[in-house]
Amino acid sequence: MRYKPLLIYLFISSIFLTLLGSIWKIMATLQGLNLTNINFNINFLLAFLLSFTLIFIGKKINQLIKIIIFSAIFTTIYIFINEGTSIWYNAGVFLISLFFINRVKNYDLNYLKEDFISEKIIFDFLSLFAIVFFAFVILFPFYLMFVTSFKTQAALLFNPLDLSINFTNDLMEVFKSYFVIFKTYDFGRYIYTSSIVSIGTVIITLIFAIPAAYAVARLNFFGKTFLSTSILIIYMFPAIVLVIPLYTVFSQLGLRNSIEGLLIVYTATTLPVAIYMLQGYFKSIPKEVEDAGLIDGQNWFGIIVKIIIPLSLPAIASVALYVFMIAWNEFLFSLMFLDNPKSFTLSRAINHLTGDAETPRQYLMAGSVVVTLPILLIFVYFEKYLVSGLTAGSVKG
Amino acid sequence: MTDTLSKIEKRTAYTLLLPAVFLVFAIVLFPIFANIWISFKEVQLKDIRIPEPRAKKIVKSISEDKTKLKIVYRLRNSSLIEDINNIEFLDKLPKNIEPVDLDPRCTFKSKKIECDFGNWKAKYKENFEIVIRNINNNVIDKNVIKSQKPRLSGDADNILLTTKFTLKNFKQVFNENEFLDLLLTTFYFTFFGTVGAIIFGMFAAQLVNQKFYGRTFMRSILLFPYVGPVVALAYTWTLLLDPNSGTLNALLVNFDIIDKPINLLGQKYLTLNLFGFDIKLRLALTTVIMFEIWRYFPLAFLFILARLQAVPKDLYEAAEVDGAGPLRKFINITLPQITAILSILFMIRFIWNFNKFEDIFLLTGGASGTRTLPINVYQQGFAVSNIGMGSAVSIVIVMLLIIFMIIYFKLIGKRANEI
Repeated sequence: MRYKPLLIYLFISSIFLTLLGSIWKIMATLQGLNLTNINFNINFLLAFLLSFTLIFIGKKINQLIKIIIFSAIFTTIYIFINEGTSIWYNAGVFLISLFFINRVKNYDLNYLKEDFISEKIIFDFLSLFAIVFFAFVILFPFYLMFVTSFKTQAALLFNPLDLSINFTNDLMEVFKSYFVIFKTYDFGRYIYTSSIVSIGTVIITLIFAIPAAYAVARLNFFGKTFLSTSILIIYMFPAIVLVIPLYTVFSQLGLRNSIEGLLIVYTATTLPVAIYMLQGYFKSIPKEVEDAGLIDGQNWFGIIVKIIIPLSLPAIASVALYVFMIAWNEFLFSLMFLDNPKSFTLSRAINHLTGDAETPRQYLMAGSVVVTLPILLIFVYFEKYLVSGLTAGSVKG
Repeated sequence: MTDTLSKIEKRTAYTLLLPAVFLVFAIVLFPIFANIWISFKEVQLKDIRIPEPRAKKIVKSISEDKTKLKIVYRLRNSSLIEDINNIEFLDKLPKNIEPVDLDPRCTFKSKKIECDFGNWKAKYKENFEIVIRNINNNVIDKNVIKSQKPRLSGDADNILLTTKFTLKNFKQVFNENEFLDLLLTTFYFTFFGTVGAIIFGMFAAQLVNQKFYGRTFMRSILLFPYVGPVVALAYTWTLLLDPNSGTLNALLVNFDIIDKPINLLGQKYLTLNLFGFDIKLRLALTTVIMFEIWRYFPLAFLFILARLQAVPKDLYEAAEVDGAGPLRKFINITLPQITAILSILFMIRFIWNFNKFEDIFLLTGGASGTRTLPINVYQQGFAVSNIGMGSAVSIVIVMLLIIFMIIYFKLIGKRANEI
């Protein structure tokens, strides 16, 4: 009998189960259930007892029967201790215990005798912890943003813990924030401006970057190495050190509050990385393909349009999506250059909403959903391309 | 023959490069040098506009005489600090109307009133009056007179182009008591933000490198914080952390973990009692660093994951045969494989976090001890409206950046291309 792995297993699995229970309790509280005590110690003891019993029973009885019976027992005691009030909450507890017992069903006293079993147990449960932790920490703010946009200011101030959405109400009431931001705050126009600016930036950047990247990748000219290193160095200089001179010059030229001004700045700041990413890909295209084009009597324009671009569509897609993301999310320049609501982008408009302390937060969050949702959808849909763009471009961020 | 070919090649290369290089020079490199110029000048935000002479035209009737009108031009120099020279004035009158007792500075000729006002000092103001009458003694239509706008022109120095320089801005930047504090805050923020993001990124990469159910889903959502727009995410966090009605504080109070809400973004220090020592924690700064880590660990994750997936599988198999446990495998195989990428990540992320503006600006606006150098650029330039000071701070940032980059290229510049 080895006690060290046994103790480690009991300890870490109980903590894991207690943690799952606590997170579920927090989520339930946020749906308006009145739970005021985490009961960490008692729940830990209960989980410990469960793990203890399970490891001694091991595989002596049918796994399925074991899972169901013990889940039922655990849930009953858990509810008894924790004043469970609602059926869906209790059902959740039952599902958590099902998941947990299923997860540890193969642990028995024999299994604990394997080599490095303590480390394996720790790594196993650490991964589980990490999955729960990362999922919770990342998704929670997005969840909060989403549900807050469906609430009212009064309800939020009365009970900040009740984030439940009442869909039995009039749907007009539920989606009121969205109607308001589109009608009163003119978000339709901002979506239009943001789209024009982002798509425009993508197109102009590609028009400038593809020939330049081709030159860097293929042609020999004086100052080539200097140019390709300076591309990256230039890229390291942040927007904040450019902002004052650009602001003064743009003020004198009357380019502030104009889409053209934003397009110029966004294009220039994303060009270096676009060239860097594209030239890397162009270099990987075999030179023989181009020679065939040369023999056909194509000039450089023909070669780029007819050979290079069709062959490097995936790389161009990555660059386009990456540049789109940068332009859509950009905030500093739009803050500096735009102060007329008629030319706002979405980011600037949301920032403008907070300028007035009276603006109810659900409008702010509805606006945030409107700016976040498109970019997340694009990301999920084109993940493959965007990830390779991000990896190449992630020197910046 | 080859000579001409290479010449053609060169010419093609320059043609292809010219537009991109020109744009980047104009928008990125030019401002960096312009900063040096501006930082040696005393410029306020309101001085940026080129000074111009302005006139507001007011038409008044003279009560006893309907055939006469009085026009008052409110003249002023729009600039508070710059003079305008050789100002010329031009206004037109309709047919059959002429001025009475015209000012000696002006002449009336073929329906035009032309004046030479000479030089105006800064802040100059004058009410310039002209009485006009109808030659045929008819009633004058006020609106016709009003609709004609006077034209003014003059020579003024563009304050940005004068050669008056001063060291005042730099003296002020370095003499400020808070400069050291500013620098320290920036370094705390940068260092802990970078290290935290890399540590979390490493855990996340290690996690996703294993096989488990929902792995692709996990990989997608791990990138959400970086892909989402900073404005939306920062405001969501502000809402989450709000002391009065924020979810986090409400939860902590509800479960009796704290007695009263903590203003995580508005409180400069939090005194913690650990083992009998009072430790003063920079609370708002810590919160901002947490946000920074949350938002940028996905980048570290992406980099490290790409490297982990390139580690040959047989290394692990061989280690297993030799009887190594998971911990040994991680220390002896995984870590050495990713140290190169970790050091590069550290340098790059350090430089980028050093320049971070939006995140802090949106969360705290630089209040409660979260003022970093980039925030200071904004505050000096646009909140205090001292463009010269803002540029001087920018120069400090650029100098530090150049030092970082030299270190970066000395240490790992050559290896960066291998990865």
